Amino acid sequence: MNKPILKPWSEPENIESYPVGSTCDSDHITSTNSSWRVFRPVIDSEKCIKCMRCFLLCPDGVIDKSEDELKIDYDFCKGCGICAHECKIGAITMQKESDFND
Amino acid sequence: MIKKFLNGDEAVAEGVRLSRPHVISAYPITPQTIAVERLADFVEDGSLKAEYMHVESEHSAMACAIGVSSVGARAFTATSSQGLLYMAECLPYASGARLPIVMMNANRSIATPWNIYGDQMDSMFLLNSGWIQVYVEDAQEALDMIIQAYKISETREVMIPMMVNLDGFVITHTYELVEIPDQESVDEFLPQINMPDNKMDVDHPRSLCITAGNNFNMEFKVKQELDMQNSIAVIEKTDEEFGNMFGRYYGGMVQEYGCEDADVILVTTGSITGTARVVVDELRKTGKKAGLLKLRYLRPFPKNQIMTAIKNSEIVGVLDKNISFGYEGTIFTNVNSAISQSDKNIKTMNFIAGIGGRDVTKKNIHEIFETLYDSIGDENPERIKYVNMRCGHE
Repeated sequence: MNKPILKPWSEPENIESYPVGSTCDSDHITSTNSSWRVFRPVIDSEKCIKCMRCFLLCPDGVIDKSEDELKIDYDFCKGCGICAHECKIGAITMQKESDFND
Repeated sequence: MIKKFLNGDEAVAEGVRLSRPHVISAYPITPQTIAVERLADFVEDGSLKAEYMHVESEHSAMACAIGVSSVGARAFTATSSQGLLYMAECLPYASGARLPIVMMNANRSIATPWNIYGDQMDSMFLLNSGWIQVYVEDAQEALDMIIQAYKISETREVMIPMMVNLDGFVITHTYELVEIPDQESVDEFLPQINMPDNKMDVDHPRSLCITAGNNFNMEFKVKQELDMQNSIAVIEKTDEEFGNMFGRYYGGMVQEYGCEDADVILVTTGSITGTARVVVDELRKTGKKAGLLKLRYLRPFPKNQIMTAIKNSEIVGVLDKNISFGYEGTIFTNVNSAISQSDKNIKTMNFIAGIGGRDVTKKNIHEIFETLYDSIGDENPERIKYVNMRCGHE
């Protein structure tokens, strides 16, 4: 899985180095935050057709497409359920965190 | 190049067609309606290959334009008056995210009392929205400024949305002969939109419209302000390039008329400039050194250009088609601020006129100049005059 590298954000030295608009490159995650989750999305790879809708719509960008199957990075997924809601073919289900041992 | 007999709304539609936006989101409101109706016609007849989105409100029209621009496509919308105020919440999103959206605004009175005619109260509300604001004088300038607006807004160091303001009815519904540039020249002047720094891009994932708390928020806003100030150079350069290519140069931030040797100068914005120019010509024939300064842009504010134009004058009148309740006309405040930053001590008077579409006639403008001439020697002239009132006040 193509996991984000945890690194502190380096503060721009001057105003010119600030991003254009209220944007930032999605690559400066400073800590994991999986403990927020109550339900976890689980992808059924048998059903998944890799339409990439979940990949595009995940607000935290935790859907990984670096391997043959789409995978969720549970270190950063907050369990919002948008991916499961938006999946048009029901390949993603929300399952109780308490049902998992990891 | 061909000529067509068009009103201001139709001229805007022609300018938009030539600018080839990808998506138009629109909700009709008088006196903007004809512009979006014509654009609907163009999309229907295939002469404009764009997606035309019918939205349920002006708030949605701007939200849609923000979405379109966020993926790096060219967006257009248009509104007026209450519609502009209704979409107001979205305007700082567009400017903060630095999305080069172009919007036409038909300047119209705001309620209440309810009124559909032209004044400039609506756009003055949004001076602080982070949008570039340009005010045009006629239909030709409206068409030309739509094309220029995309070029300015999409310049990499600018990336600021732009509001093109047309006086309601006086420009939007008045017909004149308008030159339509040919598509080839416009394509050469206005290249394809390119947003390398802030669009949604799967090959370069970015977080858009991020949160910045009290620790970092201010720097984002200051950057926005510095870039807005720097856009003045791009605005002036773009107008020059447009002039070289299409033969119409508008003067950049302001347009001076007889200011060099003028002792009395009237500052105007928008359609009233045409009437004032005729009055200045008449005054000049009688030997009076009258001048006219048309403010084309109100944001960014042309502080230096104003001072260059008025530095040798004795008195300056500022015509405001708005009232900032509790103080004075908004443009008057801004012009006085520019003067206070210079080493000149020029007397100023505010003429509030045309509220709710009240006519401002040649006679009214002659009276304004008379008042200004009479006040040159006056120690403390009355600062604010209401023009063409039905009755006085105690």
